[in-house]
Amino acid sequence: MFFTLAALTFNYVSGQGYQVGDRATDFRLKNVDGNYVSMSDYPDARGFVVVFTCNHCPYAVAYEDRLIEINNKYTPKGFPVIAINPNDPALQPQDSFEQMQVRAREKGFTFPYLFDDGQSVYPVYGATRTPHVYLLAKQNNDLIVAYIGAIDDNYQDPSAVQDRFLSNAIDALLSGSKPDPDFTRAIGCTIKTAAN
Amino acid sequence: MGKKIFILAAVFFTITALAFSQIPVVDFDELQPRLITGSDSVYVVNFWATWCVPCVKELPEFEKINEIYSDQKVGVLLVSLDNARHIESRVLPFIEQHGLKSEIILLDDPQSNRWIPLVDESWTGSIPATVIFNKNSRSFYEKVFTYEELEDAVKLKMN
Repeated sequence: MFFTLAALTFNYVSGQGYQVGDRATDFRLKNVDGNYVSMSDYPDARGFVVVFTCNHCPYAVAYEDRLIEINNKYTPKGFPVIAINPNDPALQPQDSFEQMQVRAREKGFTFPYLFDDGQSVYPVYGATRTPHVYLLAKQNNDLIVAYIGAIDDNYQDPSAVQDRFLSNAIDALLSGSKPDPDFTRAIGCTIKTAAN
Repeated sequence: MGKKIFILAAVFFTITALAFSQIPVVDFDELQPRLITGSDSVYVVNFWATWCVPCVKELPEFEKINEIYSDQKVGVLLVSLDNARHIESRVLPFIEQHGLKSEIILLDDPQSNRWIPLVDESWTGSIPATVIFNKNSRSFYEKVFTYEELEDAVKLKMN
């Protein structure tokens, strides 16, 4: 009862950012290779896995290998991964552009790792933590948010995963159905911004 | 001489064992009863981790509440979300280094999609996050507290 009460009476922050079904905006951000990347650069993509992630957060680090796997599996099927670091390096020096370049090289990222310089993109999406996934599906000329949330249900141990939320959601889109669930949650690191 | 060393060693290991058993490790089903109360107390439950910079920054405010309100009906519970494998290498040294006095438990339950909404429906999953409640009402905060804000939130539940 108390849980319901709390949900009704307090803290409606969920009105900010995207919800499933919303039209997502494109961006133009600098990749670790120095080039700028937009989703419009991928005319053949059927959608995108936009994941807000970073260097310093243990939860984000725990998912690096799984993101590489997902990118390698789903890019040929039309759903490439685009990773975006939303943190302010003034507050989290480990998440500077130079450190992103180092990490991308160390791990051999097969996807772009973009820097949300000036933090203009993550608030539009409504990301609150790293990692935080937005799965987008192309419909006509729009990018529609199809799934928001976690990559899977066990950050600690890939072999103990029971629900591969993100992969299942992409598979659903590929087979012409809607992801279910289309919204999940996970613990993650707060996005670091001077406004907090 | 040999006997003395043996006793010393035994004492040392007992103390070490006691120190290492300081933090109960629970899953969410074990934590959940700590998120409600039928008593007249106010409870402050803070979700944090040693690697979470904003969490570490606000921990002293929770410690201060715990200390200042120790003779009143206010309980502080710090729920660490550190990896259980890091208790000895990171969490216990952190507690000692920062001299934390509040009650601490470690939530070892990776299936956070299941339990996050059971803590609060509005929680997106970022930490720090805090629940403050009495037997009649609960408030949830996904933010970093200043001491004044935290004290106001506690006082709100004391009336």
